[in-house]
Amino acid sequence: MAAGGADKFSVLLPTYNERENLPLIVWLLARTFQESGNNFEIIIIDDGSPDGTQEIAEQLEKIYGSDKILLRPRARKLGLGTAYIHGMKHATGNFIVIMDADLSHHVSLYCIKQKEGNFDIVSGTRYKGNGGVYGWDLKRKLISRGANFLTQVLLRPGASDLTGSFRLYRKEVLQKLMEKCVSKGYVFQMEMIVRARQLGYTIGEVPISFVDRVYGESKLGGNEIVSFLKGLLTLFATT
Amino acid sequence: RPGPGRVGPSLTVLTARLSRFSRPLSPQTAMTKLGQWLCGLALLGSAWAALTLEPPGLRLPAPFRQVLLPLPVYLLVAFGCYSLATVGYRLATFNDCEEAAAELQEHISAARADLRRRGLRF
Repeated sequence: MAAGGADKFSVLLPTYNERENLPLIVWLLARTFQESGNNFEIIIIDDGSPDGTQEIAEQLEKIYGSDKILLRPRARKLGLGTAYIHGMKHATGNFIVIMDADLSHHVSLYCIKQKEGNFDIVSGTRYKGNGGVYGWDLKRKLISRGANFLTQVLLRPGASDLTGSFRLYRKEVLQKLMEKCVSKGYVFQMEMIVRARQLGYTIGEVPISFVDRVYGESKLGGNEIVSFLKGLLTLFATT
Repeated sequence: RPGPGRVGPSLTVLTARLSRFSRPLSPQTAMTKLGQWLCGLALLGSAWAALTLEPPGLRLPAPFRQVLLPLPVYLLVAFGCYSLATVGYRLATFNDCEEAAAELQEHISAARADLRRRGLRF
């Protein structure tokens, strides 16, 4: 329990060149939390972005208050895993939310789902319920479903969507998992769920709509597929 | 003839993998997924080999023997068909979130207007 007895949600936002997206995410998060009446804080971990992300973050801190927006920047691009560790050190909430730039309007669903089943982890899924995607062509959907099928067969992870990066964790659970996980990049997200299952933590799922980057497009080329397969096989052999 | 250098590395990898079996299976060190698959395949494989090689005293009736030999291939093909059907079905039922995208665009406009009002210089 956080100080005062009520739940508090700490959102970790590692940023690199997110000057366009950052104000929108913060606005959406703040609005969602205020509407649902939950106590929150947003920890922005900027890795020395050259596009002025930190400057926008400072403006947001003035607008929302330094108890709600915490700036914990780093000197240069140091990777997602270390960003989460760094952010967690400063988090005062008892729940940690980790997310990408597009899905903030679903935060309230996560808080509700967690209460529902008292889950240790709540994970977003694009593949179940009314979850889904927007603006994906057939090829991208096929690759996504195929990769997910392979993951389910090989890892039997107990969650329908492993590569999503929108999750809510109990603080102690996240700390424990961060100690145990060794992968890098999004394979690290997959490893978290697999290890969580092994350690017996409960995982709840919430259908989410994955709308591609608010500005710009993500790529799904041959390189991404190869590195995904490498990561999957590594997890298969080591977990 | 393959030189010792070519066989060596793969042998060390194999022995490293197999050494997992010699570790005791306590609750803390569960077997890896690869380990589970190798165990399962070894079990099924030896059962199949035992039945196919027909040691004395273990002769199955003819129809069973006919099916037994190509059974691994049958199972592989069946799994392949199941995979195609499952992925195909999931692809066809992959939701497109039109409303969510439209809603997000509205949110973006509202956010920009509100933040501008509060003094944010984009």
